[in-house]
Amino acid sequence: MRADQSMNTSRDAAVAALADLPREPGVSKPDPILIADNVVRRFGGLTAVDVDHVEVQRGAITALIGPNGAGKTTFFNLLTGFDKVDEGEWTYNGKAIQGVPPYKVARMGMVRTFQLTKVLTRLTVIENMRLGATGQRGERVLPSVIRALWSGQEREITERADDLLRRFKLDAKREDFAGSLSGGQRKLLEMARSLMVNPELVMLDEPMAGVNPALTQSLLGHVKDLRELGMTVLFVEHDMDMVRDISDWVIVMAQGKIIAEGPPHEVMADTRVIDAYLGAHHDQSLAEIAEEEGLDVAGEILDTDGGVQT
Amino acid sequence: MDWGFIFTTSMSAAIGISAIVFCLGAIGLNIQFGYTGLLNFGQAAFLAVAGYGLATTVTTLGLNFWLGIVVGMAATVVLAVILGIPTLRLRADYLAIVTIAAAEILRLTLRSVAFKDTFGGSDGLQQFSDAFYKLNPISPGAYDFGPFKYNEKSWWVIIVGWSLVAVWTLLVFLLMRSPFGRVLRGIREDEDAVRSLGKNVYWYKMQALILGGLGGAFAGFMLALGQSAVSPDAYATNLTFLIYVVLIIGGAARVFGPILGALIFSFLFQFVDVVLDQAVNTGLITFITSTQAAQIRLVMVGVGLMLLMIYRPQGILGDRKELQLDAR
Amino acid sequence: MVHWSVTRVIAVIVAALGLLGTVAVVSAGPASAEGEAIQGTLRDLAGAPVVGVTITVSNDGGFSDSSVSDAEGAWAVEVPGPGAYSVLLDEDTLPDGTTPPTVNPITTSADPGTPRFINFRLGERERNVQSRWDRAAQLSVEGLRFGLVLALAAVGLSLIYGTTGLTNFAHGEIMTFGAISTWFFNVNLGINLIGAAVLGVITAGVFGWAQERGLWRPLRKRGTGLIAMMIVSIGFALALANTYLIIFGGASRPYADYDSQAGIEFGPVSLTPKDMISMVIAAVILAIAGLALLKTRMGKATRAVADNPALAASSGIDVDRVIMVVWISGAALAGLGGVMLAMTQQVSYLMGTQTLLLIFAAVTLGGLGTAFGALVGSLVVGMLIQLSTLWINPELKNVGALLVMIIVLMVRPQGILGRRSRVG
Ligand SMILES: Nc1ncnc2c1ncn2[C@@H]1O[C@H](COP(=O)(O)OP(=O)(O)OP(=O)(O)O)[C@@H](O)[C@H]1O
Ligand SMILES: [Mg+2]
Repeated sequence: MRADQSMNTSRDAAVAALADLPREPGVSKPDPILIADNVVRRFGGLTAVDVDHVEVQRGAITALIGPNGAGKTTFFNLLTGFDKVDEGEWTYNGKAIQGVPPYKVARMGMVRTFQLTKVLTRLTVIENMRLGATGQRGERVLPSVIRALWSGQEREITERADDLLRRFKLDAKREDFAGSLSGGQRKLLEMARSLMVNPELVMLDEPMAGVNPALTQSLLGHVKDLRELGMTVLFVEHDMDMVRDISDWVIVMAQGKIIAEGPPHEVMADTRVIDAYLGAHHDQSLAEIAEEEGLDVAGEILDTDGGVQT
Repeated sequence: MDWGFIFTTSMSAAIGISAIVFCLGAIGLNIQFGYTGLLNFGQAAFLAVAGYGLATTVTTLGLNFWLGIVVGMAATVVLAVILGIPTLRLRADYLAIVTIAAAEILRLTLRSVAFKDTFGGSDGLQQFSDAFYKLNPISPGAYDFGPFKYNEKSWWVIIVGWSLVAVWTLLVFLLMRSPFGRVLRGIREDEDAVRSLGKNVYWYKMQALILGGLGGAFAGFMLALGQSAVSPDAYATNLTFLIYVVLIIGGAARVFGPILGALIFSFLFQFVDVVLDQAVNTGLITFITSTQAAQIRLVMVGVGLMLLMIYRPQGILGDRKELQLDAR
Repeated sequence: MVHWSVTRVIAVIVAALGLLGTVAVVSAGPASAEGEAIQGTLRDLAGAPVVGVTITVSNDGGFSDSSVSDAEGAWAVEVPGPGAYSVLLDEDTLPDGTTPPTVNPITTSADPGTPRFINFRLGERERNVQSRWDRAAQLSVEGLRFGLVLALAAVGLSLIYGTTGLTNFAHGEIMTFGAISTWFFNVNLGINLIGAAVLGVITAGVFGWAQERGLWRPLRKRGTGLIAMMIVSIGFALALANTYLIIFGGASRPYADYDSQAGIEFGPVSLTPKDMISMVIAAVILAIAGLALLKTRMGKATRAVADNPALAASSGIDVDRVIMVVWISGAALAGLGGVMLAMTQQVSYLMGTQTLLLIFAAVTLGGLGTAFGALVGSLVVGMLIQLSTLWINPELKNVGALLVMIIVLMVRPQGILGRRSRVG
């Protein structure tokens, strides 16, 4: 299944596989793990997501970028079953999975993290990790009562969890409540925990927001490792350096639509992308930003009170 | 003031039938609210369904007592499923409102004239507990153990009741130290996170509701048997609220929380009652009547619940460290 | 400004209520412990006694006793003490041809030392041979009236939820507060009901102010969680309702004015003048509240806070002030609702508690946190409750409304006008 085995690393394989593709939105990939068609989500009058066609290449690291409110998180929510589409269908590993509940999506190996981290506050870090493992015998109500039935498996899970904690530099926090972690540490925990599910496709929503630069570097290493281990990564990120550094392919979203695709350096040179994203906010009025964020009522007040002039 | 009398009646109440009912009800609620975070405000309905399941089978249908117990438990499971299907997908506060509404629907139906032949209207049903008391090995008479004074019937209820408490407490302990308990606690913290890790949250919540409902069912059996009667208004929403008070006093999500809470609450409830009553009767307090003294107790329960929730929401057994997290 | 700690405030509230209670009790004179009974005489429309009918009196405390009407149609049940009782006429024991009473069971309360008389109105439906449509018309008007009562309470509940996230289980007690304080002004101080109601509504507003200032705001500042606050409100409701019981007693009592007015017929619909006037007042006040929410600065600010408190604060809105205004006006509206409710079913300490669930049903139907949703939901629930008695036994009418709420939530978990909250 995986791309050309004669290559040295998965990275080279991924880059090579994507090298000759046309640079246009919705381009088809040689070996897509995820294909979405005509995905639409509206909130009242606002069309948050309106994606005609997009494919995510297996074994590659794909970045999804776009201005605030572009619909990236909503798109993640839709794909993973956390939100319901108004229209559209998509396949994962060739299986149609629209309407499949989130937990089944996760069990199929498509695991996501959240932009607003969701750590389980009053569980310890190691408990958070253990919870990520799938297929636990002790999670069924009857066997759970007899420890002997699940203690062996629990040991294996704990080993795997400790290993990941070390990699993510959280081993010192092992016994602390997750609620006592800092914002950046929570991001790390959430990412590590998602790996406990043994995913095939990892979807990270702003994994580096709030993580300090030194750790970012080592985390980037981990993300690259995931690819070497055969996983596919799709991530949302605003930090362009990181996008440039690790992604094999970049998809740009604006106002719910995919507006550009291509390798990182080319996409970032694209004028449409610069207009829509990188440079756009400088000459946008505050009221427009407010509107884009869906805060129309507040905007109205700002206007009527004359508090903020633009 | 007869302090000896006040002490013995209060101590007796601490282990008495209502303490048992509160305790078993709170054990069930602990699984639902304490560990899983389900705001079930319809716990009284689970007690009612079990009590009525038993009473209807024996009194109305004239069938066997043990069949009645089975029917009561089955009815609880059915109630949990019926209640769970629409509500477990809802946000926590909606769940609270819907469960309270469901409990009220049930109570109004049980006491309605339309079903008087089956459920006995507002009188309820009696005469279903003979088989239970026939099993009583204690010969008739009053027995005192230290401050605890009861007759043979009450002792039988107390022995059976606290044995059930012990079994349920062990069960909760075993469940909650396991990965199953971990999933439940995870759901309490953030169900979307647990969902994203491939757990069928809906099904886990359903299981918690059923398990907790069964805890409530045993409370319902003990209430029905202890009074040898079921009557619809005993299962009003206030009963659910009192069970919450008991759980919160002891400490939610603590294995021994319900036991401690039930002992303390039942003691205090009786204590205040007797003290006020004596104070009124001996002329120590002149500005209230003894009826009002009983009402003052409920005011105190309300204020107590507020203060507890504000200053010690983790209860007596709660963990301070855990609590500090909430402030973030 | 003085900083009030939560405990101190609770202590003050309880002490104040306690003091009021003592005053009330002392003025009521020594209560006798015996002689409470509930009794009545059953007669048909022609005035002939109705014999052999079983009547059962019961209460929440498990008391239950019955009596059979004698040759004179008289029945009586001794009750253990003052308090609320439910009086149920067993319709199966009525002689053939006698139409059952429309209200059954009747909820009442026994006063200390005196018997309470209950009249079941038998054969009422025979008197006005109404078509189903006529009854539907009458019930719609009554439903509208009840819907307006619910709306008065629901708007405040919903806005408080919207701006602070609090699911307030003590909101029914604000209704009772308005009704009882109006009763004090009206009966004890002899002020005409209209003036008394104005004072009562103001008092309810002040009560809202005191709650927010002394309890809810400090709790928010301490960072108390929403679920914890909800449980606090349950404790508060329990404490308040029982305090009312101590102060006001278990009896239902009417206002001194306009107690029994004759209905005016409008085609199939019969309405008393006080009903008409209070419906108009309620509708006008709700319209004003709606307009204020839409047009005034404060109204817009309220909606902004409900939409996103953090953003509203950062755009210069004084969130605490908005919440205070919501509390005061929400409580005043609920107080008015309480007065209106008491005009049809008399003042009782439990009236708010008993209505709370229906208010919740209304608010939930409309979508938690939206004021206009609450309005729509209230009217739907009010109508539904009354109209459902066309088909179902009146004792089960609330069951119907609550069931509909549950079913709507199954189909539309965010309520009729609510929005889904976002994930992630
Ligand atoms: N539950 C919701 N209700 C109403 N509007 C919503 C909801 N969820 C998202 N939106 C709107 O949809 C649009 C897309 O939001 P989304 O969170 O997907 O943006 P994003 O691309 O992830 O932005 P960011 O980079 O800031 O995270 C926004 O305008 C947002 O306000
Ligand atoms: Mg986002």
